[in-house]
Amino acid sequence: MMEAVTTIPPFERFYVEHRDVVLGFLRKRVGVQAAEDAFQETFLRALRAYDRLEHGDHLRAWVLTIAARLAIDSSRRARPTAHELPELPIEDGRPAYAQIEHLADGLPPTERAALVLRYAYDLSYDDIAVALDSTPEAARQAASSGVRRLRAGRLHERLA
Amino acid sequence: MNVSPELDRRFRDAATAEGLLDVGFDVVESPIGALLVAASDHGLCRIFFDAEPEQHLDRLARTFGPRVLRSAPAVDNARRQLDEYFEGRRDAFELDVDLRGAAPFARQVLDQLALVPYGQTTTYGTLAGRVGAPRAARAVGTVMNRNPIPIVLPCHRVVGANGSLTGYGGGLDVKERLLRLEGALL
Repeated sequence: MMEAVTTIPPFERFYVEHRDVVLGFLRKRVGVQAAEDAFQETFLRALRAYDRLEHGDHLRAWVLTIAARLAIDSSRRARPTAHELPELPIEDGRPAYAQIEHLADGLPPTERAALVLRYAYDLSYDDIAVALDSTPEAARQAASSGVRRLRAGRLHERLA
Repeated sequence: MNVSPELDRRFRDAATAEGLLDVGFDVVESPIGALLVAASDHGLCRIFFDAEPEQHLDRLARTFGPRVLRSAPAVDNARRQLDEYFEGRRDAFELDVDLRGAAPFARQVLDQLALVPYGQTTTYGTLAGRVGAPRAARAVGTVMNRNPIPIVLPCHRVVGANGSLTGYGGGLDVKERLLRLEGALL
């Protein structure tokens, strides 16, 4: 399945197009105050990585992934007492989102983005639809198709 | 959820302070109209008479890299010196320029152009002679026409052999105005 590869837009255009969505996402995740710091850090991280991007596909999903990672760090800092922490499953010392991102590396871009945002960052399909510029139903289908593909791949490995 | 101007500015300033930009640009108001001024970490790299950023983003990204961002501090120094120039308080710019993207001949010509003093004019032919190509007046005209950093690299000081103003990227009226400001025209 080939997807059209888009060129990387100048950062100014990327930033202006996604800044409001990123701020809205962060406010929901970490609150109005913490969102401001996380907002700046999200786009600074995006800028640091920007000249290493290989194509301009799914940039909204990409920047929301950065924001989601920061939101996780930020809520860990904000709620340091162990019993209040939502338990994140950790295997081999790596948090769940890192595991899933790694596993999903070989998937087609839309499926990978949907799967990572759903299972690694626990975004709702409404949020994923915004990230992928798509509909909640299409986001759900992309995520489950990604899961099927991963399962098939694993089975294949086991049989080989 | 709209990003406030304050939060927006903080991000742009931080990105500039961290040195993350290939090019920072901003709109600079001037008596000859709004200018779009762009600078890289090598120096001032573009001045456009058409100050609408969307017109120039793609080309800036192609020439200098994709990390192009509007940023007031990135062009602060150029803005201050341009203000002083237009107020008649500055007759020479002290700015590094970034001529990446200019062909070798154009670069030679622009280097010579930078030496033409405030308040004086020269001709296309004279400039051609200074780069060792006295017959290349027409090619020099082309370089002037594509000057990436007008005003600071003073192509407005280059006129025809008969003293006529010939042409200018910002319009002949702007060329005339700049020469008048410098006292090169009465």
